[in-house]
Amino acid sequence: MNLVLSPEQQELRDTVRSFLGAVSPLPKVREGYDPDVYTRLNGELGLSGLIVPEEYGGSGAGFAELAVVLTETGAALLPGPFLATTFAAIALTRVPDKELLTGIAEGRVVATLAQPAEEDGLAAESADGGVAVRGTLAQVLGGMEAGVLLVPARTGDGVVLVAVDLTGEGVTRTPLETLDITRGQARIELDGARGRVLGAQPQDGGIGDRLAVALAAEQLGVLRASLDSIVAYAKIRVAFGRYIGSYQGVKHKLADMHCKLEQAESIVRFAAWAADESPEELPAAAALAQAYVGRACFEVARDHLLLHGGIGFTWEHDAHLFYKRAKTDEVLLGPPRIHRARLAQLLEL
Amino acid sequence: MNLDVNLAEYRRTARMWLEANTPADDAREADGIARAKEFMARLYDAGYSGITWPARWGGQGLTQAEERAFAAESRDFTLPTYVFSIGLGMTGPTLVDRGTDAQRERFVRPLLRGEEIWCQLFSEPGAGSDVASLQTRAVRDGDDWVVNGQKVWTSVAHHADWGLLLTRTDVDLPKHKGLTMFVVNMRHPGVTVRPLKDMSGRANFNEIFFDDVTIPDEHRIGEVNDGWSVAVTTLLHERLSISSGVGMGTRRDDPTALDGLRRLVDTTDPLVRDELVELHIRSRALALFNQRLAQETKAGVFPGARGSAAKLLLAELTMYQADLATRLAGPSSVVGEDNPLSQAISLAPGMALGGGTNEIMRNIVGDRVLNLPPEPRVDKTVPFKDLKVGTQA
Repeated sequence: MNLVLSPEQQELRDTVRSFLGAVSPLPKVREGYDPDVYTRLNGELGLSGLIVPEEYGGSGAGFAELAVVLTETGAALLPGPFLATTFAAIALTRVPDKELLTGIAEGRVVATLAQPAEEDGLAAESADGGVAVRGTLAQVLGGMEAGVLLVPARTGDGVVLVAVDLTGEGVTRTPLETLDITRGQARIELDGARGRVLGAQPQDGGIGDRLAVALAAEQLGVLRASLDSIVAYAKIRVAFGRYIGSYQGVKHKLADMHCKLEQAESIVRFAAWAADESPEELPAAAALAQAYVGRACFEVARDHLLLHGGIGFTWEHDAHLFYKRAKTDEVLLGPPRIHRARLAQLLEL
Repeated sequence: MNLDVNLAEYRRTARMWLEANTPADDAREADGIARAKEFMARLYDAGYSGITWPARWGGQGLTQAEERAFAAESRDFTLPTYVFSIGLGMTGPTLVDRGTDAQRERFVRPLLRGEEIWCQLFSEPGAGSDVASLQTRAVRDGDDWVVNGQKVWTSVAHHADWGLLLTRTDVDLPKHKGLTMFVVNMRHPGVTVRPLKDMSGRANFNEIFFDDVTIPDEHRIGEVNDGWSVAVTTLLHERLSISSGVGMGTRRDDPTALDGLRRLVDTTDPLVRDELVELHIRSRALALFNQRLAQETKAGVFPGARGSAAKLLLAELTMYQADLATRLAGPSSVVGEDNPLSQAISLAPGMALGGGTNEIMRNIVGDRVLNLPPEPRVDKTVPFKDLKVGTQA
């Protein structure tokens, strides 16, 4: 088990961190998705192709590297469809498709992945050499920005993974008002939308587990940046003639938040390692990652906002951006209890 | 890669040795001392005592990786090493770091081989978290020092041959600047060891009285009035040894851990299941953090004050586990002779108090990991004799 970053991974981390600091600082984050930043992220750093296998033009890196990158994009609250496209790439590493993987690696294709519960799943029937897809998805991450939607759909041959062209006929996309102003979701109605069958939808949970690990890596970044922000403020803000960080009422809370960071980081490294090296440990590691890191991220983001005092409650201050991203992430893959229920099941309780 | 292979081989050999040599029962009690010493001698002769200590003074000269590997393997066994834990975890490393060559030559090897038992004499009734306000006096008398005062919370002192003793040697200096460290012979006339029952009803520690006890100057560790810096060395080792469990003789079947608890409770109850899931989450989170610290140490990144975060988390987990286990088990958890759950809930606060309270750990994490501004201090520059110390009405 490897829980420590290699020198190469540290270099990747530093590169992504300084790049995002330069091209996507917090004042810019408030303006939302900037396709130019996204293009540079993929062009200059090749991040969209990070986990795409080399045969499809990607870097063929593992989850250890992906986690490093997502921690930085999370810490920067990077707006736009990077996480959505990463989710799609994760699905495509399980159900490979040359055209899409190549497009994602080159930064041409912005994609997203939906995982509707089976009862309200979509239906696909053959049409013009592809399929026509029908059904409604209430919330799709990056649904307005993505050009391609990957989604499981029912056919006569069972449930398959379908790539739907979101720019074509039969697609109605409605942007949703989201708590997190930095990253959008959309309602998508498909009424005979053109799709292509990529293959049978894997039933082993391998995609869902990897999404959980990837999201936990982003949450680790949000957690870390929240803590960094309030620690920095506690060193300059004075009350009653003292820096607020010198009061035990503040210092002890920050120490507890640091303990959460240490444990969250350890869990993310473990879960990323399991995704790369230890498939039998992955399900429990992934559920642990969401159960612990998702909660810890929100708690730290919440306390970082509260410790800022009144200024943290204002629109102008950035604290609420972290708080809202943390909450949105915590429920992104479903109500958090599903991860705890999964753990109970895996522990055979 | 090659290192990993060697380490795996080291672990395998260690495990085989442990399986062949670990005695069946716990030797914490007084009648077990002889057996504990015999075990320690075998442990030393097999090369598993003082794994990271310099070979010149009797150690093995290996790395933290081997030490952690051995600790990990020994977690499945109950090693009768409890009476040596203070020497191995705290006073011994202090001697190695700060002692003279003559002191290292005299004390380190017998300590590692279990021939001599050590205790640590820092805390006093009036000086716990604020140990630098201690009042036990050492006064110079020719080539000797004469000690008077009282120490408390001293684990294994009733078995100890030697103690690492922090004293006040100058009351006209500020509190941290008038302290001096000594090695004291616990068998010396004038040393009185009185067992102190802890809240579990057992006398796991003692209070010690010093009445005109003489110590030769050659048993002084570090310079006169520089005892605080020596004590800081000891305390750093203490936190690390607690968080890594080195030499602590950990228990094989912890009834408050998930594996023990799941056999006691109705796991079809969804509320119980969720409590057990929470226990799993917290236990795994800390275990992975400790593993990461171990791997960082192996890679040359010393954990330093981050060890205090691990110690704080262990204290909280210990309390949480015992509390949860008793709540889940219900009324049966609080009755019966030697009920392991009653013992667990009685012993749990100890982890949050010994080796620095949770509040002190949070101060350390805040000050030294997060580099937060220190609290204003009123006691750092005033001569000790003008300070308020202890409990004042």
